[in-house]
Amino acid sequence: MKPVSNPVEAPKDAEPPMTTVPERQSVSRPPSARERHSDRIFRVLTHCFAWFTVLVVAYIVVTITLQAWPAMREYGVGFVTGETWDPNTGEYGIRPEIWGTLYSSLLALLLGTLFGVSIALFLSEGLLAGFVFRVLALFRVQFHPFWGSLPDKLEGLLNNLVQLLAAIPSVVYGLWGIFVLIPLIRPACNAIHEAVGDWIPLFGTPLSGPGLLPAALVLAVMILPTIAAISRDALVAVPPKLREAAYGLGATRWETILSVLLPTASSGIFGSIILGFGRALGETMALAMLVGGQHTLSWSLFSPADTLAALLANHFPMAQQAEIPRLMYAALVLLVITLLVNVVGVLILRRGQARFEGGR
Amino acid sequence: MGPEVKRPEDDSVIVTAQGRVIRLADLQRSLRRPRTLFSFLLTTLVTLMTLAALVPLFAVLYMLVVRGGRRLSVELFTSLPPVGLEQGGGIGNAIIGTVIMVALAALISVPFGILGAVFLAEFGPETRLAQAVRFCAKVLTGFPSILAGVFAYGAVVLLTGGFSAVAGGVALSILMLPTVMLTAEESIRMVPAKMREAAIGMGATPTQVAWHVLLPTARPGLLTGVMLAVARAAGETAPLLFTALGSNYWPIANGQPRLMQPTASLAVVIYNFSSQPYENQRELAWAAALVLVVLVLTTNLAGQFLSPKAGQR
Repeated sequence: MKPVSNPVEAPKDAEPPMTTVPERQSVSRPPSARERHSDRIFRVLTHCFAWFTVLVVAYIVVTITLQAWPAMREYGVGFVTGETWDPNTGEYGIRPEIWGTLYSSLLALLLGTLFGVSIALFLSEGLLAGFVFRVLALFRVQFHPFWGSLPDKLEGLLNNLVQLLAAIPSVVYGLWGIFVLIPLIRPACNAIHEAVGDWIPLFGTPLSGPGLLPAALVLAVMILPTIAAISRDALVAVPPKLREAAYGLGATRWETILSVLLPTASSGIFGSIILGFGRALGETMALAMLVGGQHTLSWSLFSPADTLAALLANHFPMAQQAEIPRLMYAALVLLVITLLVNVVGVLILRRGQARFEGGR
Repeated sequence: MGPEVKRPEDDSVIVTAQGRVIRLADLQRSLRRPRTLFSFLLTTLVTLMTLAALVPLFAVLYMLVVRGGRRLSVELFTSLPPVGLEQGGGIGNAIIGTVIMVALAALISVPFGILGAVFLAEFGPETRLAQAVRFCAKVLTGFPSILAGVFAYGAVVLLTGGFSAVAGGVALSILMLPTVMLTAEESIRMVPAKMREAAIGMGATPTQVAWHVLLPTARPGLLTGVMLAVARAAGETAPLLFTALGSNYWPIANGQPRLMQPTASLAVVIYNFSSQPYENQRELAWAAALVLVVLVLTTNLAGQFLSPKAGQR
């Protein structure tokens, strides 16, 4: 051991070691001038790179707005409210696209929230682990070194499986939707249309292939992991005291969930729903492949429709020079909608977290 | 621990201090009481819904293996896509194109993301700039991928006058940046304060602390973030549709990658082939989807395996 490294021992020695050991043998020393300069440069560099992120967001907004400017001057607000898209008459409007975007996203959100929150509850309550534990208890092996670890392992596996749903690329879901889902649900949908289509506008048209319903179903599968993961985090973050207090008062599991856990975690769950909504609004490929790409305004679940993202995906690759400002205008509308939704979601989540941290 | 557990009858009776005997069975609620029944029914419902939500995952994987597996052969990886009624063919150029564009995107987003994260975690964690950056990164996480394509179209394609791999890479890098940056910040923050303080005590400058202590210690977390971002970018279609467009030729000519030419990618090939009427192309779309999903899931799982959280579980 080097004497320098343990200065406490030093006074015990007869001769002071600090003077006998040359200064440069110690590793610690003040930074040289060159190091101070490079430190300064590096700090400025990271500062710039941090700025870069803010600038990218600003640059994206500016680029799209500038490109959309000619169309904004030419069509004004009529572009957003117009219903036709006809190159022959020069009439352009994206109201059907806005309608389709919101309608498909809300449908997907409804399904995604139901299933997502269910999964979040299933995971946060440890229902699977509890069930496996009881099955193991039937065989009296619940504390066995191998079998006893099974409940936790299965719980983790289930969690990963749900997250895998998010890892599958959307274009693969689109492919699956075209060749598996649509043929699968078509007979049932047409039967519903035959039976009640005349009275209920939701089923007013037959499903002839692509349509809103298959698109919304696939979309729901895609946003489900987002909602499940964030809601689960919010539910797990509820202080255990609250749950135990409810159990202590004699509440059943679901009385506890409905009257204590869900209200306490509500801001987290609500934030997850908003973020899921943001994802659904901007999702492109599954919709471009499944929604049909027709400029129609309809309440029917089975009718083909169009969304803003699908419009961009279908028209941009072969766009003529004159068409680009119009598409950029549509992109700007989509940008404004999604930015609004995302900012609201992030703010809600942040407020929810702050409340939790303050409450502990 | 074996013998005690094997006789649960002994555990099922509790004698209280007052001498009252309570059987554990008395503490269980009968299902005939409405409150208990309600609870039981909802538990069953939630279980069924969770199982139902996993059906699409297995359905997709099953179809990929069944329909995509048919075309798995050497030809799939080595030949160019077929045109029209041509038989056979493969997606070799699309695989290479995807790799090139994801690599380009990583080349842009990784330095920016990690150095930005060093600023967020170390140099100015509480500054207003840091808060603005975090906010922008979170907003970018939920950014529609097609708008990244629209941006790259406006900023690169219109500027350079043509569809190219570079434009595709720029579009993908915008989608990768927030993932890389936010996970990097989190893993740098997880480096124990002791290590940083020890380095400062030795007289290291903040830069040296960052390079020699923080980044090497946080490396598994950084890698996880990069892998997850790569997995996401590899599966993206929308930003590539009108930036890299697609191509029927190899993206590498005479040993040089042709970065300024339209470039094929797996995702766009799937999209284009899925809408074609020819059975050969549809089969290739399924095979390409299988390759893409295997690629994405391996990267994703590798990233999760590397993550520092995996060790704790």
